[in-house]
Amino acid sequence: MKPPGRINLPGLVTLLAVLLLWEGFSRGSASLQLYFPPVSRILVSLYELMFFRELLGHLLATLGRFAAGYLLAAVLAVFLGIVLGYSRLAYSFSEALIEFLRPMPSVAIIPVAILFLGIADAMMVAVTVYACAWPVLINTIDGVRNIDRTLLHTGRTFGLGRWQALRKIVLPGASPYIVTGLRISLAIALILVTTSEMVVGGSGLGYFILDEERSLQTSNMYAGIFLVALLGYGANRLFVLVEGRVIAWHRRMTAGETV
Amino acid sequence: MHLLEVEALSKSYRQIGGESTLAIGEISFQVEKGEFVSLVGPSGCGKTTLLMCIAGLIPASSGMVKVNGAGISGPPKNLVLVFQEYNRSLFAWRSVLGNVLFGLEVRGKLSREAEDRARHLIGLVGLEGFERHYPWELSGGMQQRVAIARALAYGPEVLLMDEPFGSVDALTRLELEDTLLKLWQELKTTILFVTHDIEEAIYLSDRICLLSRRPSRVVRGIEIRLERPRNQLTTRADRRFVELRNDIYRQISDQAVK
Ligand SMILES: Nc1ncnc2c1ncn2[C@@H]1O[C@H](COP(=O)(O)OP(=O)(O)OP(=O)(O)O)[C@@H](O)[C@H]1O
Ligand SMILES: [Mg+2]
Repeated sequence: MKPPGRINLPGLVTLLAVLLLWEGFSRGSASLQLYFPPVSRILVSLYELMFFRELLGHLLATLGRFAAGYLLAAVLAVFLGIVLGYSRLAYSFSEALIEFLRPMPSVAIIPVAILFLGIADAMMVAVTVYACAWPVLINTIDGVRNIDRTLLHTGRTFGLGRWQALRKIVLPGASPYIVTGLRISLAIALILVTTSEMVVGGSGLGYFILDEERSLQTSNMYAGIFLVALLGYGANRLFVLVEGRVIAWHRRMTAGETV
Repeated sequence: MHLLEVEALSKSYRQIGGESTLAIGEISFQVEKGEFVSLVGPSGCGKTTLLMCIAGLIPASSGMVKVNGAGISGPPKNLVLVFQEYNRSLFAWRSVLGNVLFGLEVRGKLSREAEDRARHLIGLVGLEGFERHYPWELSGGMQQRVAIARALAYGPEVLLMDEPFGSVDALTRLELEDTLLKLWQELKTTILFVTHDIEEAIYLSDRICLLSRRPSRVVRGIEIRLERPRNQLTTRADRRFVELRNDIYRQISDQAVK
């Protein structure tokens, strides 16, 4: 894996080439421009929408749902995952339910959520929490169960109680797994938020993108898409930054093994 | 009163099929305060099982363990086990210093003095300069020293050690044996040491408990009256050392024939 924080020059070149190619194609054919407006025009739209129209509001709406859903799911799923990973009994009672619900595409519960929660923010957050919880839950359970018995024994021989063991051994020991789950959920959160915004309407980037498409404002539509992409990218960068602090030992350990 | 007493302890493991294997037949022995006692027995005879029972990590099937006269029902406070799989018992997310401080931290004794003590012990086991390294950056022998330093930093009255030098090379092993004896004398800890190396047991111990094959019993207790401090060259060349070794070998091979 590349060290985080360093700029990947070849990757940047490819990205620029694709954008330039897009620009060139679009400018070359007037008939294409409705579907593929030139990148430069999209960027201008993005700028105008952000600063002179309502796009910033949509961005903030999406950001709020995204953060609320994701963080809630993280706390909930890590907690549940530790309980289910720790207690064989709790796990055996919930295993069948987990195996049944997990493969279901989470967007399928959007209608159910609308039925119960209407089309308020609560519904979109609830759907996001539901979808994001799975990868974190499954990975946390795995992480807790994979903790070496010898480590737990070591804790006990030094007089560690159950709660202390949780904090000093189980959590740090499972943290590489938990982080993997959290990383997967990050992308899922954005998918669920924008999808439910498209279904519900009213506000948010998902709604904006669909709305602009319906009124054939394709350049605005692409501006919205660019913004979601940027949001996802930014969230991921932030994640990697935090991850680097929390489990630096693990990255260095696994990096050391491959050398 | 003995510091540590094992009374008619037996342990059987339940197999997956439902039947059970008797790992420890019936074992009784005592350890006095300040003593260095070794348990010697063939591989698979239940030495690790015995130490886990004494450390209160797994329950015995029958019999009991007493520390300072009181029967135990969980891990005793003043007793620490150094595991046979030392590489699996170190915390990968803690540095050497962090690992050695672990026991003190659990006791809530994290202070300037605690850290000084940890650093002192890290020095004594020969790891000075590696305080900030992580366990996976160290060799097997170095990891084992971290585990030993961690146990000693905790300041237990009784230290249980499960084949601590089983997977280090011969030279490092001699070095670690001497380090351990030095620490034992300096800290006045009581040590119960498991090994299947007869010479190592003689070299280190005041007394050896010879265990039989599974289901194990104590075949014999042997007092080792060699002077201390011991020396890898002169002690091992001593006539009494050689006699003891031959005697114990003979006893073990007699058993194997039976
Ligand atoms: N968790 C377990 N479940 C079932 N049987 C076990 C378990 N641990 C050990 N045994 C059995 O108990 C017996 C004693 O094992 P133990 O690990 O105590 O031996 P040991 O004397 O420490 O061996 P070694 O010198 O190789 O470390 C073995 O026959 C082993 O198969
Ligand atoms: Mg063993």
